[in-house]
Amino acid sequence: MWKVSDRKETLQIRSAEDIVVVRQRVRASAVGVGLKLTDQTKIVTAASELARNTLIYGGGGTVTIEHASAPRPGIRLTFEDHGPGIADIELAMKDGYTTGAGLGLGLSGAKRLSSEFEIESTVGEGTRVMITRWR
Amino acid sequence: MDRIPILKLGEFLLVSVQVDMHDQLAMALQEDLTERIVAAHARGVLIDISALDIVDSFIGRMLGNIASMSRVLDAETVVVGMAPAVAITLVELGLSLPGVRTALNVEKGMELLRRAMDFETGVEGV
Repeated sequence: MWKVSDRKETLQIRSAEDIVVVRQRVRASAVGVGLKLTDQTKIVTAASELARNTLIYGGGGTVTIEHASAPRPGIRLTFEDHGPGIADIELAMKDGYTTGAGLGLGLSGAKRLSSEFEIESTVGEGTRVMITRWR
Repeated sequence: MDRIPILKLGEFLLVSVQVDMHDQLAMALQEDLTERIVAAHARGVLIDISALDIVDSFIGRMLGNIASMSRVLDAETVVVGMAPAVAITLVELGLSLPGVRTALNVEKGMELLRRAMDFETGVEGV
């Protein structure tokens, strides 16, 4: 059985080392919820992309890792920042589009690697991305 | 700062990535490798990623950069040991590592590099 403290945790994303910690904690949580190896790899990779976005474009922020139980077991990650926000989400979701130096695969790739994907952003207030991977 | 070790094996360089690399460490490896290719007159680079449990777009871009830079410096790069789950995820992420040669393991990667060298020598000899 999972203790309450195991079911939900929030991590700070302030440096490149923090992205590594996010990957490790998401992996532990994905193993705990019983995802198979390929699905673990997908959610950890998606988490790595989104954590880097939070750091680079959001100026840092947090991720909350939760175990979901309905309709079946899964893992849910919520990335939040109080950065500049995204003016055109549709454009930001396009493969290859970037305002930085990356490949522009972060958001679109994370969406493909997740079972569910939600994004909310307000210019001047910040961005919140929630992804779920079901078992 | 931590560094990923680069080993010299004859005219090849071998890098075995054994840690979950943060972004600066990946960037440092890219720089160190280009310097070592020139300093060691290396003709080939083998990068073993069998211990990596993910390759995200940042590491994927680094592998592509290393392959391009080494080619410009007259060395071939072969990435070996990618785990199946990593390969599936990489393609779904949208990365197909264009321009990066791959092999199943270090042994096969070494064979690939040797064949590439022999082929070149053969062509020059004609």
